[in-house]
Amino acid sequence: MATVTNNPALRRKAVRARLRTLGFLSPWLVGFTVFFGYPLVATVYFSFMHYNQIETPTFVGLRNWRYVFEQMPLFGPALWNTLWLVVVMVALRVVFGLGIGLLVTKVKAGVGFFRTAFYLPYLAPPVAATVAFVFLLNPGTGPVNDILGKIGISAPNWFNDPAWAKPSLVLLSLWGIGDLMVIFMAALLDVPKDQYEAAELDGAGALHKFRYVTWPSITPIVMFAVVTGVVQTMQYYTQALVAGKLASGVSIGPGSVIQPGYPDHSTLTVPQLVYSLGFQNFNTGAACVLSLVLFAIAMAVTTLLMRRRAGLLSAED
Amino acid sequence: MTATTTLTAPSAPVRPRARRSPAPAARRRAALHWIAVHTVALAAALFFLLPFVFVFLTAVMSDSQAMSGDLWPTEWHWSNYADVFRTPGFLDWWRNSLMYAVLGTLFTLCSSIPVAYALAKFRFRGRRTAMLLVISTMMLPPQVIVVPMYLVWAQQFHLSGSLWPLIIPMAFGDAYSIFLLRQFLLTIPREYLESARVDGCGELRTLLRIIIPMAKPGIAAVALFQFFYCWNDYFGPQIYAAQNPGAWTLSYGLESFKSAHSVNWNLTMAATLLVMAPVIIVFFFAQKAFVEGVTLTGVKG
Repeated sequence: MATVTNNPALRRKAVRARLRTLGFLSPWLVGFTVFFGYPLVATVYFSFMHYNQIETPTFVGLRNWRYVFEQMPLFGPALWNTLWLVVVMVALRVVFGLGIGLLVTKVKAGVGFFRTAFYLPYLAPPVAATVAFVFLLNPGTGPVNDILGKIGISAPNWFNDPAWAKPSLVLLSLWGIGDLMVIFMAALLDVPKDQYEAAELDGAGALHKFRYVTWPSITPIVMFAVVTGVVQTMQYYTQALVAGKLASGVSIGPGSVIQPGYPDHSTLTVPQLVYSLGFQNFNTGAACVLSLVLFAIAMAVTTLLMRRRAGLLSAED
Repeated sequence: MTATTTLTAPSAPVRPRARRSPAPAARRRAALHWIAVHTVALAAALFFLLPFVFVFLTAVMSDSQAMSGDLWPTEWHWSNYADVFRTPGFLDWWRNSLMYAVLGTLFTLCSSIPVAYALAKFRFRGRRTAMLLVISTMMLPPQVIVVPMYLVWAQQFHLSGSLWPLIIPMAFGDAYSIFLLRQFLLTIPREYLESARVDGCGELRTLLRIIIPMAKPGIAAVALFQFFYCWNDYFGPQIYAAQNPGAWTLSYGLESFKSAHSVNWNLTMAATLLVMAPVIIVFFFAQKAFVEGVTLTGVKG
């Protein structure tokens, strides 16, 4: 900030300003170093160590890395599932969220009712929502298959069928679309009205108006939804884990080890595999390798998306 | 919805360009449009609300009926809710969730507000870098650093089996809260700060007397988000509290509740509703702050 000066009074003031800034930032500086910097470095360190969390760690070079990439049978499915969810879930959430947002702006009667109805499921805690969906979609007594059966549709086995487990999770995530709906609704209401009228005068139909008036003004928000969606889906854990555990019907107490990703590893995500390696198999080294893979993918995807739209840092910077 | 409203509603939108009364064909098209929009909206509302209805109906069924495919309860067993509360541990989970959410939110606010203020309003070298670091922390999946973090808490501090490893870090700033608060503080005009400085207010006084009162809506939204985050958190309690059922939260306990009552969907659904209830009640009281907050996340996007 201040230019270098020999005036001791000015310099003292500059030092005071620097100290003041440091003072305000100090909670975060400490937190960033201790709860982010240190564990990140430690993750790299442990990825080269053999460590079962009891004996002292021993250096094993690239053995953990080789193990994860060449021998670990679950690495492939976990990576595939996470990427599948990132692509399909994020895309469908954005499309569906935009659709519901558009619908809410078009509704004339009962606006408050519709907004609340569409928003409410977003508030349901993930575990509770997942438990509810495992019940609703369970093939035996679940109301959904019951109703589908009555109207003559042969229903899938949802969370119990490897081909349907991930789509069921997508359905669950579409149910909780409320956050995107609100964001899109705000963006849609911000589109200047006179532009629509101008387009109407030019004889533009609904599709044309969406393409040439609505879309250009909401692309930043769509981009924002995609970036945050990707970030969230990279960490997708709770719903997949709970759905797999509950649908498997295995009675599980604390500490009991079950194969994650029921049915047939179809819901196993990378974060679940990190947990399973680090906290069930006590294979610290492999867990840290996998953490770093997740870190690398998360960083790559977000920088790629952020470069196209650096808007998270606002104009003031 | 009666037929008369359907017919009168289409004329409601006031167009700035005054026209002669619309031609019958145009009116009919508008009416059809109205019906189409509201039919789709009603269908969508069913998709969003029916799960709640089914969960609620199952929650009051008898044990045997809950195992059948019935949709409507023959007898209403409200006592299922009492049974859930009588389950050993359920009240402890409730207390733990509340402690985690309340302390977590308070710690987060106290530590994040000054940081956000400095990032929004101070000019200093490295400000942009600091902001980039905050955003990258936000983007990082928590699972990336969890293994070494767990080892520190368990081996150095012997705090595994409690929720403290989740609560204590919140006293050192939370990236997402810092980011949101900063976005909000940017909207406060600089003039307010300058006039405070002219009046001889120190930075801390300016923050407490001027900024915090003006930023109340933003702070309320961040507080709600953090409260919900803690209440909903499953991964954190699973890592640190799993070994000790006395430290479980509702979100973590609910899953084991299902396992323990594997055949009693009615009790599980009652418990599920009881886990959802506080969040939904808080929402109805703080609806405005909440929706403002969600919009805030996207506003600068």
